[in-house]
Amino acid sequence: MTIQLLFFARLRETFGRTAEELPLPDGCVTVADLLEVLRARGGDWAAELAVGKSFRIAVDQMLADADARLAEGSEVAIFPPVTGG
Amino acid sequence: MAFIHIAVQQGDFDLTTELARQPDAVHACGAQASFIGRVRNDPAAAMPLSAMTLEHYPGMTERVLAELAERAVARFGLLAVSVVHRVGRLVPGEQIVLVLTAAPHRQAALQAVEFLMDYLKSVAPFWKCEEHAAARCWVQAKATDEAALARWQA
Repeated sequence: MTIQLLFFARLRETFGRTAEELPLPDGCVTVADLLEVLRARGGDWAAELAVGKSFRIAVDQMLADADARLAEGSEVAIFPPVTGG
Repeated sequence: MAFIHIAVQQGDFDLTTELARQPDAVHACGAQASFIGRVRNDPAAAMPLSAMTLEHYPGMTERVLAELAERAVARFGLLAVSVVHRVGRLVPGEQIVLVLTAAPHRQAALQAVEFLMDYLKSVAPFWKCEEHAAARCWVQAKATDEAALARWQA
């Protein structure tokens, strides 16, 4: 399946992109699986998305945890902890 | 049905306009309470703040704010809630956010404003990037923002 990735704020700048269409390998069905795919790119991806780093994930515009399941066409956003108000 | 108004916008807002926007045909509303957040400069800082840019996640932001407004209505028995949040580049002194509540009595209206601001700061997808002269940096989230939610979760 293919998902739509979105990046915001500091992570958008670090990764050098606002969005990306990503075909997932077979067996990649959860947020945790997706993070493994992205960490495997190395460099900033491995550093920023390392376990214990502070970032948030939203699936289809709802905050999600590592167990959240992905579906064809899911909109997955990765961003730093929020600082509005 | 409570009145809910959510706006995410570049332009400024006006408190008087937003107060008047909340309908109260039967005069059941004994209290309107508001909070306005502004861009703050720290006069003691080594490098004064020249501006800040607010980024957000279009779509999710509006959804999260509407959900928080509905929770506040249910929890505090509000008659009206307005949340207006600006995005884009703002300079010190400019207004950033308005939370405005209406209820039969003041305690509910005042508490709901605090509830909404505490949650907005922890879950609404906005990010601030500060400019200090030529330097720019993303504001780090504060642990105290998450901790502030504890009092609403007891």
